[in-house]
Amino acid sequence: MTATHRQNRALVIRLLLVVVAMFGFGFALVPLYDVFCDITGINGKTDSRAAVYDSIPIDQSREVTVEFIARTNAGMPWEFQAQTTRVKVHPGELNTVSFFVRNPSGRSIVAQAIPSVSPGQAALYLNKTECFCFNQQPLAAGEEAHLPMQFYVDPQLPQDITYFTVQYTLYDVTARADELATQKNPFLTEAPASGS
Amino acid sequence: MTKATDIVGAADHGHDEHHEHHIPKGITRWLFTTNHKDIGTLYLWFAFIMFLVGGAMAMVIRAELFQPGLQIVDPNFFNQMTTVHGLIMVFGAVMPAFTGLANWLVPMMIGAPDMALPRMNNWSFWILPFAFLILLSSLFMEGGGPAFGWTFYAPLSTTYSSDSTGLFVFSVHIMGISSIMGAINVIVTIFNMRAPGMTWMKMPLFVWTWLITAFLLIAVMPVLAGAVTMVLTDKFFGTSFFDAAGGGDPVMFQHIFWFFGHPEVYIMILPAFGIISQIIPTFSRKKLFGYASMVYATASIALLSFIVWAHHMFTTGMPVFAEMFFMFATMLISVPTGVKVFNWVATMWRGSMSFEVPMLFAIAFIVLFTIGGLSGLMLAITPVDFQYHDTYFVVAHFHYVLVTGAVFSIMAAVYYWLPKWTGRMFDTGLAKWHFWCSLVSVNVLFFPMHFVGLAGMPRRIPDYSLQFADFNKWISIGGFAFGLSQLIFLVVVIKACRKQGEKVSDQVWEGADGLEWEIPSPAPYHTFETPPVVK
Repeated sequence: MTATHRQNRALVIRLLLVVVAMFGFGFALVPLYDVFCDITGINGKTDSRAAVYDSIPIDQSREVTVEFIARTNAGMPWEFQAQTTRVKVHPGELNTVSFFVRNPSGRSIVAQAIPSVSPGQAALYLNKTECFCFNQQPLAAGEEAHLPMQFYVDPQLPQDITYFTVQYTLYDVTARADELATQKNPFLTEAPASGS
Repeated sequence: MTKATDIVGAADHGHDEHHEHHIPKGITRWLFTTNHKDIGTLYLWFAFIMFLVGGAMAMVIRAELFQPGLQIVDPNFFNQMTTVHGLIMVFGAVMPAFTGLANWLVPMMIGAPDMALPRMNNWSFWILPFAFLILLSSLFMEGGGPAFGWTFYAPLSTTYSSDSTGLFVFSVHIMGISSIMGAINVIVTIFNMRAPGMTWMKMPLFVWTWLITAFLLIAVMPVLAGAVTMVLTDKFFGTSFFDAAGGGDPVMFQHIFWFFGHPEVYIMILPAFGIISQIIPTFSRKKLFGYASMVYATASIALLSFIVWAHHMFTTGMPVFAEMFFMFATMLISVPTGVKVFNWVATMWRGSMSFEVPMLFAIAFIVLFTIGGLSGLMLAITPVDFQYHDTYFVVAHFHYVLVTGAVFSIMAAVYYWLPKWTGRMFDTGLAKWHFWCSLVSVNVLFFPMHFVGLAGMPRRIPDYSLQFADFNKWISIGGFAFGLSQLIFLVVVIKACRKQGEKVSDQVWEGADGLEWEIPSPAPYHTFETPPVVK
């Protein structure tokens, strides 16, 4: 029996290692998923860091239509509108668009905008040099702001993509806002709504 | 195929009877038992009780859906019923029933005296009732129990769930640990405890399918544990695995969940394939057609199960190439499954068939499981799935494979081996009533779901449009009838356990073949203490 016992023990240890490895694999799927989506661009996520724009050749022969959609997550009381809903750009050309936000609620709220590009492939070629989505955005009760977003489309954009949509969703992240985000928003509008 | 030269008769028999006197008595026998037959019995009774509890919840669902409009329960409670019904049937009824059968049968089929790790065996059973006590008690908490579907998609299970989600997570962890321990025990037993001469390709198919299932279990149950842990930390400890606002992604939850979830559905069907492969040859009085191809088909199904998970997520907006890949990979599974169905039919072909109760259930399994498989192929077609996703068509599909598939196979198994366990023939008249009532009612219950699903009735909703009213009335009537039919099963099993009925021979069924049919009926408390030699 002792021989069997030894065999059993060795096999049990090996199987337990598989169990531990698979538990780890479950968590490893989280970074793997992000890496996979970054490489393939299938999830429509854009880079969360600012791109640098230095004299990229502008492809005057092509025109790409970029559409902007602004929405708020369920339970988020802010008004949120894209002031430019559709823009035609030449790849390589630097463009600026602006988004209007207003906090109509009676309390200070910190928001985080999450971008999503569709078709997802286009996300790889959308370079943002400045975006309100890079930082959390605070607004006190009743405040409003025009948030800028500056971007250029990489001239390498595949020929078959002539039109893509950038959607921003605003989330209420007050509960876990950074220290920094509790300061005044630098893009506050003084006058009442200039509108869309 | 497997004949023991040293049949456990004569010399060994006296030895066994010597042990019979030492069977412990009372409650402590069951609490402290390390005997594979006792633990198998505990698992089977536990699964039966959970089957009735989960069934009662299905009755609540069907009562609410009997008529359009909100009648009996409020929507939040309805959601708890669909959720806990699913969890209980998957983790409390089907999986423990298969583990119970493995405990009873695997050692007897391979000529081992017991499972390899008997004390762990005791633990893996006894933590299970606590898991389900925790899950069921969460229904009585403030805010109610889990109401997000058995698939607990984020953010339903994180942002929008009640505080009892912590209890749900804890109970799933315990169920997972129990399954993993059970699986390790099965693997070690089959690897190290086979009788001399019991080579890999002589093992009965039930043993083969369980071995492969056990590997699936240790591969994916830890991933489920990871998924529920992430839900727990997202909900209570401020992480953002699945929260887009914090840089996570709710779609990733579905990828992780279904990476577990798809192999899980094969965990619930592979042992059923094994059972059917034992029963069909017995009552056809022929050897199983294509034994080796059955083994390879089972292994192929298990391997393929790891690369098809995203077919549950076609509507999340995947790129076309990914949809094509998962569509074709899914369709590929129908090849080894088709091999199996073909082999069963070929086994029956020109056999001298007889239609005892286990055989009735086995034949019903083949026909009805194949219907469920075909609706699965329809769902695999991506553009078609866009239409069917989250409708009653999906409900019809997975109930055909799980109820008339997995559950029917468990009933077939119980009727097949019950005389070996109790030493008496069960009440065959009553058992036939159970079969025919179940067969008719289960089809009244699930078949019309295809039609309301195709017409667009969404699943998991307590109310529906008026045009679905007639079908839903029939579905509910079928549901109540199917539920009541299971009480006949309960009576048959209780009568058999009370040793009513005629004594049976060691072989029990005329065409039965295998080591478990060579030991006395009822199976003695200890068997194969001296291993048999298999030619």
